[in-house]
Amino acid sequence: MLEIKNLHARVNPEEGEAKAILKGVDLTVPAGEVHAIMGPNGCGKSTLSYVLAGHEGYEVTDGSVSFLGEEMGELEPEERAAKGLFLSFQYPVEIPGVPTLTFLKEAANAQLKARGEGEISAPEFMKFARENAAKLGISSEMLKRPVNVGFSGGEKKRMEIFQAMMLSPKFLILDETDSGLDIDALRVVADGVNALRSPERGMLVITHYQRLLEYLKPDVVHVMADGRIVKTGGPELALELEAEGYEKFTGAAA
Amino acid sequence: MPAVKETIEDVRRLEADKYKYGFTTEIEQEFAPKGLNEDIVRFISEKKGEPQWMLDWRLDAYRRWVEMEEPTWANVHHPKIDYQDAYYYAAPKNAAKYKSLDEVPAELLETYKKLGIPLREAEVLLGVEGAEDRTAAEAREAPKVAVDAVFDSVSVATTFKKELEKAGVIFMPISEALQEYPDLVRQYLGSVVPVTDNYFATLNSAVFSDGSFVYVPPGVRCPMELSTYFRMNAQGTGQFERTLIIADKGAYVSYLEGCTAPMRDENQLHAAVVELVALDDAEIKYSTVQNWWPGDAEGKGGVYNFVTKRADCRGRNSKVSWTQVETGSAITWKYPSCVLRGDNSQGEFYSIAVTNGRQQADTGTKMIHLGRNTKSRIIAKGISAGRSDQTYRGLVSVHAKAEGARNFTQCDSLLIGDQCGAHTVPYIEAKTPKATLEHEATTSKLSDDQLFYARSRGLDEETAVALLVNGFCREVLQELPMEFAVEAQALLKVSLEGSVG
Repeated sequence: MLEIKNLHARVNPEEGEAKAILKGVDLTVPAGEVHAIMGPNGCGKSTLSYVLAGHEGYEVTDGSVSFLGEEMGELEPEERAAKGLFLSFQYPVEIPGVPTLTFLKEAANAQLKARGEGEISAPEFMKFARENAAKLGISSEMLKRPVNVGFSGGEKKRMEIFQAMMLSPKFLILDETDSGLDIDALRVVADGVNALRSPERGMLVITHYQRLLEYLKPDVVHVMADGRIVKTGGPELALELEAEGYEKFTGAAA
Repeated sequence: MPAVKETIEDVRRLEADKYKYGFTTEIEQEFAPKGLNEDIVRFISEKKGEPQWMLDWRLDAYRRWVEMEEPTWANVHHPKIDYQDAYYYAAPKNAAKYKSLDEVPAELLETYKKLGIPLREAEVLLGVEGAEDRTAAEAREAPKVAVDAVFDSVSVATTFKKELEKAGVIFMPISEALQEYPDLVRQYLGSVVPVTDNYFATLNSAVFSDGSFVYVPPGVRCPMELSTYFRMNAQGTGQFERTLIIADKGAYVSYLEGCTAPMRDENQLHAAVVELVALDDAEIKYSTVQNWWPGDAEGKGGVYNFVTKRADCRGRNSKVSWTQVETGSAITWKYPSCVLRGDNSQGEFYSIAVTNGRQQADTGTKMIHLGRNTKSRIIAKGISAGRSDQTYRGLVSVHAKAEGARNFTQCDSLLIGDQCGAHTVPYIEAKTPKATLEHEATTSKLSDDQLFYARSRGLDEETAVALLVNGFCREVLQELPMEFAVEAQALLKVSLEGSVG
């Protein structure tokens, strides 16, 4: 479903000195599978998520990304979204003055339009929103508030999963969705993510810790170090990392 | 055609297409000769069959104007205006009634269509036989908005007149009011904006062609929103509307003013005067959406919008609320103000000003606290994009007797791109220690993080910008009547097209 080949990327020279961050990432996630990427700070995990979502701050210098058999190339972020890619942000952004549901309805309809499908009706959308909010313990008052404004770290992460539910993407990238969550919130979010698992949907879960993976039970775990995938294994790899740390991999990469 | 020229033509066409309301209607006009002198003033007054006092008033204004200097303090730049190179009067020649819509010239109908005026309403405005009765019947069920369309200088017709008459509300072109209610007009005209107020107001006093007159009698809540569409429709014709709204004791009226203008190559001067009078316990809500031709991407053409708008909260507990969405015009010079004369009177100013391309705007408000316990509130949102330049200029003045006066001011500027400018020039003066004044101001840039976040959810760049800007303006958009809120949001998007990327 998602195929990353020899991907090289650097921070866009516009924003200072061009610094290579991804140095040949190879990764394939088939539909229906959940893959985790673990790795130390600065290894390029978040950069990978931004590059996949089409952030203009990064420049792809080599390699390719194909999604559902189609080259992502220079596609704009909104085109990637319309094709079914969803990024749950590590630091969700606040948008003052724009109610969450207004934002999501605009987004949903923009995606439908881009795919040549009909718009969703307001009552239909509201019903869907209420159902999803209930699953995540989100109050209707929270939905009326501007996007992420005044939310705690945990609430923001919960809203990211809510957004994913509302937009029904084909592929989810979860960038450190577990950071800033206490144990109860983690369970709620993990349940939300698990509810999104399906044979048609792929997921890439980026995390530092094993904690989230206990709930999500990934099919494959990758270790990333210095801009490359340095080891791939089953769920047991996450446990190994938790026990032994990243050192032997970062050492191997250097 | 040489390739370069062809490209230029193509680009020009594109630019033209962007401005949805940039069109001209070809109908015969009756012009006053070009230029301005006493004879022109007399011509205008005579055309309208005005009483002698009105002519004297105009001539007095003209003689004073000749002695005045054009002000230069605003932070705007433009070539010197040649006041002798413009027409000061134009009227649609064909004022006759039509038997049916089929007889109405097609281009007129097209104009109304582009303005978004429903056909049935157009029937009334155009004076089609029997239309008014049919419309009145429908209006009893539908939401009510009365329209007094100023088609160039002469108001073509007035809708819902009968409905309003029943409530005792007078809503008509000021030229008609001069015939039917001369005493009312004479009592209030120039009582808020005196003849000598400023250069452009004085010019307007001399040559104003038409505008709206509203009088709401004591204790009457106007049964519908009143709205006016101003259109400038003759080459080189300056527009000098004069609007006068009076809410008598305990009355309430909400007035909507929406503007679009055809595209022009040469600059068009627009110097309107709006006077509002609120007596004891009366309330006036005045909302504007202004979308005149802003000129092309290089700043060529476009309307010069030099407007004087002022409200006199003359009575105790009176209230006036100005809400404006300013997206058009090449140059805007506009400060809707409130003189808070009555004790406990309130003034409000909610503003969204958008400048893009080469537009310049120097806009804001004045809140003059004269009475005790007077309150004012200013929320101004300025959005600058492209290579535009924008200044918020505001005055909060509390006089010695205005004990217990309170003001809250919030000015927020949003910059899109790095070639535009935003300036805030607040003047605050208090001559009593017993006043409370608060001023907050922020300047921010449209954030790339917000933009990326919105785009990653599927919104294209322009929609994302529009959404962020709408969020930025939310406090003001909420103040607009429903009809305008939707239009204003769409307008923000159109106005900011091409502002990023």
